[in-house]
Amino acid sequence: MDYAAIGQEALSRIAGADGLEALEGLRVEFLGKQGSISALLKTLGGLSPEERQTVGPQIHALRESVSNALGDRKEALEGAALEARLAAERIDLSLPAPEAPRGSVHPIAQVMDELAEIFADLGFAVATGPEIEDDWHNFTALNMPESHPARAMHDTFYFPDRNAEGREMLLRTHTSPVQIRAMLECGAPLRVIAPGRVYRSDSDATHTPMFHQIEGLVIDKGIHLGHLKWTLETFLKAFFEREDIVLRLRPSYFPFTEPSVEVDVGYSLVNGKRVIGGAPDEANGGWMEVLGSGMVNRKVIAAAGLDPDEWQGFAFGTGVDRLAMLKYGMDDLRAFFDGDVRWLSHYGFSALDVPTLSGGVGTAA
Amino acid sequence: MKFSLSWLKDHLDTTASVDEIARTLNAIGLEVEGIEDPALKLAGFRIARVLTAARHPDADKLQVLTVDAGADINGGAPLQVVCGAPNARAGLVGVLGLPGAVVPANGMALRKAAVRGVESSGMMCSTRELELGDDHDGIIELPEDAPIGTAFADWHGADPVFDIAITPNRPDCMGVHGIARDLAAAGLGMLRPIASAPVAGAFPCPVEIRTDDSEGCPAFYGRVISNVTNGPSPDWLQARLKSAGQRPISALVDITNYVMLTYGRPAHAYDLARLTGAVVARRAKDGEAVTALNGKDYLLDHTMTVIADDTGVHDIAGIMGGEHSGCSESTRNVLLEIAYFDPERIAATGRTLNLTSDARSRFERGVDPQFLDTGLELLTALVLEICGGEASGVVRAGAAPAGGKVVHYDPTLAGTLGGVAIPTARQRTILESLGFGVVASEGPAGEQWSVGVPGWRPDIDGAPDIVEEVIRIHGLDKIESVALPRADGVARPTATPAQKLERRLRRAAAARGSHEAVTWSFLPEAEAEPFADGPLWVLANPISEDMKVMRPSLLPGLLSAVRRNFDRGAAGLRLFEIGRRYLRGEAGASDERLSLAVILAGEKTPRSWAAGKSASFDAYDAKAEALALLAEAGAPVDNLQVMGEAGSQFHPGQSATLRLGPKNVLARFGMLHPALLRRFDIDGPVAVVELFLDAIPGKKGATTFARAHYAPPALQSVLRDFAFLVPAELPAGDLVRAVKGADKANIAVARLFDDFRGQGVPEGQKSLAVEVTLQPGEKSYGESDLKAIAEKVTAAAAKLGAVLRG
Repeated sequence: MDYAAIGQEALSRIAGADGLEALEGLRVEFLGKQGSISALLKTLGGLSPEERQTVGPQIHALRESVSNALGDRKEALEGAALEARLAAERIDLSLPAPEAPRGSVHPIAQVMDELAEIFADLGFAVATGPEIEDDWHNFTALNMPESHPARAMHDTFYFPDRNAEGREMLLRTHTSPVQIRAMLECGAPLRVIAPGRVYRSDSDATHTPMFHQIEGLVIDKGIHLGHLKWTLETFLKAFFEREDIVLRLRPSYFPFTEPSVEVDVGYSLVNGKRVIGGAPDEANGGWMEVLGSGMVNRKVIAAAGLDPDEWQGFAFGTGVDRLAMLKYGMDDLRAFFDGDVRWLSHYGFSALDVPTLSGGVGTAA
Repeated sequence: MKFSLSWLKDHLDTTASVDEIARTLNAIGLEVEGIEDPALKLAGFRIARVLTAARHPDADKLQVLTVDAGADINGGAPLQVVCGAPNARAGLVGVLGLPGAVVPANGMALRKAAVRGVESSGMMCSTRELELGDDHDGIIELPEDAPIGTAFADWHGADPVFDIAITPNRPDCMGVHGIARDLAAAGLGMLRPIASAPVAGAFPCPVEIRTDDSEGCPAFYGRVISNVTNGPSPDWLQARLKSAGQRPISALVDITNYVMLTYGRPAHAYDLARLTGAVVARRAKDGEAVTALNGKDYLLDHTMTVIADDTGVHDIAGIMGGEHSGCSESTRNVLLEIAYFDPERIAATGRTLNLTSDARSRFERGVDPQFLDTGLELLTALVLEICGGEASGVVRAGAAPAGGKVVHYDPTLAGTLGGVAIPTARQRTILESLGFGVVASEGPAGEQWSVGVPGWRPDIDGAPDIVEEVIRIHGLDKIESVALPRADGVARPTATPAQKLERRLRRAAAARGSHEAVTWSFLPEAEAEPFADGPLWVLANPISEDMKVMRPSLLPGLLSAVRRNFDRGAAGLRLFEIGRRYLRGEAGASDERLSLAVILAGEKTPRSWAAGKSASFDAYDAKAEALALLAEAGAPVDNLQVMGEAGSQFHPGQSATLRLGPKNVLARFGMLHPALLRRFDIDGPVAVVELFLDAIPGKKGATTFARAHYAPPALQSVLRDFAFLVPAELPAGDLVRAVKGADKANIAVARLFDDFRGQGVPEGQKSLAVEVTLQPGEKSYGESDLKAIAEKVTAAAAKLGAVLRG
């Protein structure tokens, strides 16, 4: 038999198979149980050993080549089919993907985290106290007895209520009562900051009846105004992340500190906006009041249960909202409390903007 | 406190410039709030003489002048100026505004321009244009000999006015003399002594003066001046008062005000004709009333000190005089009162009456009790000089508190408290120049000082006050920064667990897509009421009805924010806030609880090519938020029970609480009640979550960092599905919990994946399908093991009335 011719014909039919089904038909026709090449293989049994010597290899070679051709053709057809399927699966990737909502952290919270981070490095813990205070903690213990004229300057919100000790209840006008609570609770030495909401009955373009302050308090031995100056300088340099920050101390008056100093910081005008830092005494510079501070009044230390002959220290306070505005450039305080998502998206911070000292506490624009 | 430079120079012999004075005032704690320098406003206006005046060729009412404005202008040649004033004429000396000058009255910048075709190089000005008066009938006419070419401001004697803020501890600086004393101490010149000489009485005081309230008014001095003429005060006095922002009234009133503003010493002048009988300082009777000089009536009570005569009250002591006995043009005989009132009494009375005045602000801060006689002599001399008349003898009722306060001071405190070591000689000089007396003695701890406090410094009562005096005059700029001592090594963590929880939740909520808002702590009562769980904190003096009640929940504030955002066109909102709720605590204190509220309003997803219509938030979105945040907070979310009673603010069928145990509510969530949303003017469903941070249990025991040992199961887990028919009202969560608990050793997870009602499910029932993950331990499950577990599951479910579907 002309095995070569049989092979030729089989291979050409395999090559011509136009689909997997046709190819399977050919496999059955050639190599199936009843297949033509399978039948040839079966004839080998009836041959003499000599004939088998010559015919056997030819039939096996025939089977092998047909089998390989079937396999190759199958692979080619499958490849083509996959390609066709994929071509049909083309999609328009210029269509928009599903949107995930983007949230934000409020600038006040962000700045409070920044402040906590900076002051933690200086050994300050964060202390808190009630916002609905009594007049002893808010005024009396801070050396503002009932008749003190400074009380009237505080524009205090009062409640008609008194607590069990007969003290008038009010909304704290500053974070300073936390000084008293922290000293009473923790004693000395002490380093705390106390950020939080405070209230004044005052409302205009630059004042809101609720705003945020941060208080700082150090009670220890041998603390003096030089330490206060260093602490404020160090804090402002870390907060604004610039070295060219200069402070000017001015004598002032707060009943709870003695001596009392108001702290101005140098700014320069950049595109018409005040930017902290630079040379305040040059043409486009100036001084801006940012902090009230002083050495804690002996009466306050005594009211908080410590011996003023043994312990002394300093305290300072400033507006958190104002620090946020100075650093991040908002110019309207009222917008802080409006909950306008456009404003929050614009000025808010990513959840991942966690302030760190190694990365700098601020988040660049 | 406002005062002019010339006034200051009455008391301070100085050549310092305005700038220098301002800088020094700031440096010593007298904060300059503003300087009004009329010379600046009058820059570019100079004295000029009209040489010729001719009719304007094209305008009847205008003249063309040639003007000599000085040798330095126009090379000394006359300027041509067009002028419409009827009094403009050759020979007139007036004020010329040169091109570039700005007219004070209207802000117009002058420039060289043609007026009806004739060039004009400036403007001759009227008093009104220069804001020096109201006259606008013609241009200013100066005396013939006024120096031509001189800046008008220099000739006019324009006097700069300082406006400074006086802190409440410095009543001595509520008078020009005290400010001069501070400046002199700071090295800016010499303080001029107060020139006062006793005026002998020409006749005995005709009125009885006494004090029946020695607490409120320890000292009441007075004298009568008869036959006075009370007209307008002289120009110099009027100018002083105007510079201080006060309106001149009449000579007698102006004199008392002048002495108050100069020496910080209030006094009062009564029209003697209006008084009957003895003039007495006493307590008011309850219900007594007086019409004060401001024209208002005040109802008085027994806590208040007043000055009264036989007919009634004439003066709210130390605060404001009465209208009835005030001086007028017809006053012929005047009673001068100078008294010492108790500061606390004045403050309390002023507060009760809600009445502020220049006198009150000085008395309540404390005037110098040693200044009564000097003050009265100064007043007397001025009245005699300006109003004429004759002075009676002085009556002195009571006695002012004795002075002579002494403070013990260790001069090393300047360094150890003030941060700047100052030589003792320098400290002594500073204190003495401020009027303090210094007596030094050698103690065991070095030199100790006894510092005598002058009567005008009631604020000084301890060594730190002396430190302040010394360092503020020495200069706070001389304080060097000194580093705070710091702990060795890296800073220790300081945040408390509650603070860490708050920070973590804030960032978790933001990371999940919500914007953090900060809303007001106060609410309108109507918005707070539906959220109240007890009596609210209601302000006695709210700034408005909208900010009256402390919030019992964060939700109302957020709801208002939602409405505002919807009004601005927002379609979908995710807002959250972390803040305090203000509740009532024990012993009348507040109970402020930190909570986190999330509000999901409007569209959850917008319409899209993929999903078609937009989707709204539902209660499951709120539940997902609640559980995710609780998980971040470290709450055991797998053990939480979903229970009802979220509150009347919620949709009763679409809200729940998440509890740890039956009582401890960690959170509530769900859809808000439509009726509530209507009150907030919000359309459409709103889903919310409220997390009660104080209810979330903290980690127990010491912090450990190593995680529990990792031991993944050796054998593969097996999944089995169970479908049950259950009563329609059975909560799916109950079934899942029952299934999960049926065989704790083998069932790792039970997850509900189908809730079906309808075809094939009997009425009143539903089909719930649960996928159970079985985790073999030591050896793989055999058929009998699986059968046994399935039977336990079926049995546990059966207890809830669930029947395994065939």
